Amino acid sequence: MTSGANMHWFMRGLRDGIPICMGYFAVSFALGITARGIGMNALQAGLMSLGMVASAGEFAAIVLIQSAAGIFEMITTCIVVNLRYFLMSCSLSQKLSPDLPFIHRFLLPYCITDEIFGLSSAVPGYLNPRYSYGMTIVSVAGWTTGTVLGVLLGNIMPGWAVNALSVSLYGMFLAIIIPPARKDAFIAGLVLLSMAASGLFSILPVLKTISSGFKVIILTLLIAGGAALIHPIDETANDAAEA
Amino acid sequence: MNPGIYGSLLIMCLTVYCIRMLPFLVFRKEITNVWLRSFLYYVPYVTLAVMTFPAIVLATDNIWSGIAALIVGLLAAWFKGDLFFVAISCCATVFLTGLIF
Repeated sequence: MTSGANMHWFMRGLRDGIPICMGYFAVSFALGITARGIGMNALQAGLMSLGMVASAGEFAAIVLIQSAAGIFEMITTCIVVNLRYFLMSCSLSQKLSPDLPFIHRFLLPYCITDEIFGLSSAVPGYLNPRYSYGMTIVSVAGWTTGTVLGVLLGNIMPGWAVNALSVSLYGMFLAIIIPPARKDAFIAGLVLLSMAASGLFSILPVLKTISSGFKVIILTLLIAGGAALIHPIDETANDAAEA
Repeated sequence: MNPGIYGSLLIMCLTVYCIRMLPFLVFRKEITNVWLRSFLYYVPYVTLAVMTFPAIVLATDNIWSGIAALIVGLLAAWFKGDLFFVAISCCATVFLTGLIF
């Protein structure tokens, strides 16, 4: 990879980080209000957001801090709530060039959030990690600032603004999955099935008591696992995507 | 034993980092198993679809705003596909429908 290409991907990452940043701001603002509610100060909440960069994971962390949980409980809860990142990292590890310097295998993990993972895996061929770094710088700035302001300003932000910003992240998810679904009928079916199953999980008794983090893991294993059995990716198509 | 707020934060941040980092260390070579490759290829689509629906519909104060945002988002992603455009369209839809409902 040339330095020109590196710069190009980094700048593109900064640009694509802007909508992520906006969506994160709204979510992390709410997170900050919650953190303030259990008596965390702005520094503690800011450090949490900067170090963890995980929405459901941080809500769980706040509950653990509030209940003065033991170390074992903290670690096991963190693993369960954030397990989907494990799957995402497995998936993204296959998007890295074998020639990529080893240091990126320690830097890129910090960038694995739902949104940055989604965009990074949508890149054709190998991923230039600088794309992910660009997105991470912009979006983590919004994520951390939002958390700190949530602690400091509490309920000053008007409800309509929080409301409008709250769908920004989902809009991005649609922008990631719908264009490939338009080109590939199998992926379109997969997206529809996943949404339908997710909908069922939120209304059926018993299933609806499952936390959203676990729902993502269970459905991903079942549906992506089944899809891989029924419709294994064609090696030639894959080579073309990597060229 | 409770390690205090800063100790708790450090432990939890390290745990989350390790969850994200381990796969990058384990899978250093390209996986040759076709099923596993296919599975990992499909993971993003399933994960993001599961996270989007029904969450987008339930994210706002009013379910109709959420439904409108979903429809507009689907159309915008289908015809235009640009990330920023789709995200802004969804936000604007919630804002505008919020004036009506």
